[in-house]
Amino acid sequence: MFDRDWTDGLPVVAPTEVRVERMLGGTSRDPSSVVALVPPDLVECTVEKVAVNAVMAGCRPEYLPVVLAALEAICTDEFNMHGVLATTMSVGPIFVVNGPIVGEIGMNHGVNALGHGNRANSTIGRAVQLVVRNVGGGAPGGVDRATLGHMGKQGFCFAEDEEGSPWTTLAEDRGFDRAQSTVTAFCGEGPRLIVDQQSRSADSLTRMLADGLLGVVSSRMVMGMDAMLVLSPEHMARYRDAGWDRARFIQELSAHLMVDTDTIVAGAGDIDDGLPTGLAGLTLSKFRPGGLLVVHAGGTAGLFSAIIGGWVNGPMGSDPVTKEIIR
Amino acid sequence: MMPTDLTVLDPTAERSPGERALTDRPASLSGLTVGLLDISKPRGNVFLDRLQEHLTTLGARVERYTKPTFTKPAPADLRYEIATRCNAVIEALAD
Repeated sequence: MFDRDWTDGLPVVAPTEVRVERMLGGTSRDPSSVVALVPPDLVECTVEKVAVNAVMAGCRPEYLPVVLAALEAICTDEFNMHGVLATTMSVGPIFVVNGPIVGEIGMNHGVNALGHGNRANSTIGRAVQLVVRNVGGGAPGGVDRATLGHMGKQGFCFAEDEEGSPWTTLAEDRGFDRAQSTVTAFCGEGPRLIVDQQSRSADSLTRMLADGLLGVVSSRMVMGMDAMLVLSPEHMARYRDAGWDRARFIQELSAHLMVDTDTIVAGAGDIDDGLPTGLAGLTLSKFRPGGLLVVHAGGTAGLFSAIIGGWVNGPMGSDPVTKEIIR
Repeated sequence: MMPTDLTVLDPTAERSPGERALTDRPASLSGLTVGLLDISKPRGNVFLDRLQEHLTTLGARVERYTKPTFTKPAPADLRYEIATRCNAVIEALAD
């Protein structure tokens, strides 16, 4: 299978007929039904083809509905998987799972939530990436032109800690019901930490988080790229104690994400890169409205949160897409 | 004990894309129409402006086109327009 260029560089499980049949038992969908047109070649991809790749990735059958919904999410014009592949920026699809299915298939939203060690987290995103490679024809060095890439492109999927959060969930924020299982696809870089071990008030921590978020992608980039903020439980405790809900947090955070364009135009600070000088003298928001996705996840010890920088947003690039997971 | 032969299902699209030969390279650009496609990245126009100067000197007629966004393939209508109006096309990257 390596020789046939069917793998992502790691060993895969041989997709025998028996294993694929067993995988197909994880969904009520007809194996011959088309899930999506998969970029970059815009190939009609059936449930069976997804199942073959899910076996190879190491998925259990009960993960298949998540893989199918995740694939549907990225194969939309809004997500623009073709552009996500073709860009030289080091981004890839990142999946956040919400709802009852998280507990049912044993996904990890706790210790090392963004890392390895959980079979569902480790294989769902991988299965989607194998479909893009094998069915869509999007392989590194081919249409995938990332200058550097990141390890999350092997498959980056995690769940939100809903029970431990005092806030509405990411899925609720995006218009879904808490009883629905969903997967949200976001085009992003690898995660980086924001360390704040001393803030004891919501206001102080918010200022610190904003300080880190201002550097997303580039300190000179405003409005054009989104970000995902993964708040850890110990950081979330500051907001629980203060009685802030999600809306209050976004409101307060946004106030600290206003940028004086005099400081980021081309040439400011002796840096050539920056906004056109004609945009000097303005105050702009770092992120467009709704351009910051906030998720609660992580172990219960550790005053760290994580930022995942995005890519070109909106019709010019990629918008986050949430799909309901159908069993 | 593992079986010595193992049949696996094909994870690929199982497609056999058709192949078409490239159009022969013209011996000269004089009198031909050359399309210049800007992919909408910063400074791509700088490169294409220079190319247009050179091509015009060589006697070519130049038509300029622009993709709506560099993040997506050129729309089919735009590709059709270029293919039917131009003898050659140059697509500019940028940055």
